[in-house]
Amino acid sequence: MWAWFHKLSSPKYYYEWAGKWLPWLAGITVILMVVGLYWGLVVAPTDYQQGESYRIIYIHVPSAWMSMFVYVVMAVAGFVALVWKTKISEIVVSECAVIGAMFTALALITGMLWGKPTWGTYWTWDARLTSELILLFLYFGVIALYSSIEDKRVAAKAASMLAVVGVVNIPIIHFSVTWWNSLHQPNMDIISENPSMDPSMLWPLLVMATAFKIYFVWLLFIRIRNEIISRERTTNWVRKLIAES
Amino acid sequence: MLSALITIIRRDLLVAFRRRSELVNPILFYVIVITLFPLGVSPDHEFLSKLAPGVVWVAALLAALISMESIFRQDFDDGSVEQLFLSQHPPTLLILGKVIAHWLITGLPMLVIVPLMALLLYIPEQAIPTLFLTVLIGTPILSLIGAIGVALTAGLRGGGVLLGLLVLPLYIPVLIFASAAVSTAIEGLPSSGHLAMLGSGLILALILAPLAISASLKISMN
Repeated sequence: MWAWFHKLSSPKYYYEWAGKWLPWLAGITVILMVVGLYWGLVVAPTDYQQGESYRIIYIHVPSAWMSMFVYVVMAVAGFVALVWKTKISEIVVSECAVIGAMFTALALITGMLWGKPTWGTYWTWDARLTSELILLFLYFGVIALYSSIEDKRVAAKAASMLAVVGVVNIPIIHFSVTWWNSLHQPNMDIISENPSMDPSMLWPLLVMATAFKIYFVWLLFIRIRNEIISRERTTNWVRKLIAES
Repeated sequence: MLSALITIIRRDLLVAFRRRSELVNPILFYVIVITLFPLGVSPDHEFLSKLAPGVVWVAALLAALISMESIFRQDFDDGSVEQLFLSQHPPTLLILGKVIAHWLITGLPMLVIVPLMALLLYIPEQAIPTLFLTVLIGTPILSLIGAIGVALTAGLRGGGVLLGLLVLPLYIPVLIFASAAVSTAIEGLPSSGHLAMLGSGLILALILAPLAISASLKISMN
């Protein structure tokens, strides 16, 4: 097990290993997205209160979940990068920051589009929206720090440190903002025996959530492979790879 | 160990007093930012006292941010930071000493001037002790968190704007609890809950921040 992890932290091995996964991840993502979107946008019943506008949750909720999940992945990778100093985990941090910022922006934009017909306003300073916005700022901070240090290995370590500091702060920020102001509906109860959402609406949401998660892994693998090629472009195996293709 | 801590605090204070203009600048900045609000928004008595807790604290955040650079910048450039890590004493302790010295230089003057600012913004007298306490507990947190940001950007030229981008989002809980404490005090309600949250934040920062600062400095020295 550990030997395999060590092998995985070598850029060359990782590049080949991730390459084998790419078609599978792409296939699963496309299938799940098509199924989830069709199910959610066409098959699922109309909401009796919100009408058709609720259907945006099939994009909004998965991306909001992902925005936090990716941050945790980034912080864990950052911790690994700081402790074991493996190259791959350093790359994961910088690539996660970009992907996470994208999911956060998507969650904010879809949330605003949904807020207009439902709350009557694009933006309100409610706790969830605000902490999502702050999360976006934290992602921007990591990206900005990473891109302003020239030596990419030092940059990745600094970004890892910031990600770890950020993950300690996120719960504090979240709770402080929650006490400060709240209007957003409470977290949905989806796992217990009496879920607050009807299964006919819930299932497509879960399909979409899974699709987003696999999409994230797919995207991450592509970006890591790109970054490996660009960082290792002077090594022999990359030269050989380019010569072959 | 304690004598090392005291030595480093004394050394930093001495260096700061040799360059007095830098001592005064952040506090002048603080006063000017606060003056801008009545001019920009409204000099109305009621309105200003409602806005005041936020104004006092937003200005404090900005003043803390612009004064933050001085904590490591010069020491980093002339190599004193490397000496901290070569010393026989734990670097986290010495770093804590530097943060304490920095707070004495920037936080303490703010503490002195803040009751005056409260008068300018029509904060009722009964809320001034609470305001004073929030500044006393809150500004050390700003120094501790800010020092992490400075340590991360120490190797960069012109890291000033970047520092704001890194540090201001992390300052948000301090802003929320401190201004909430002052607001409740203005309304005549007990504000001890918010102050307690601020206090626990300070303890957490005191424990964790020196570790993060020393790790960040090591990364920057690379």
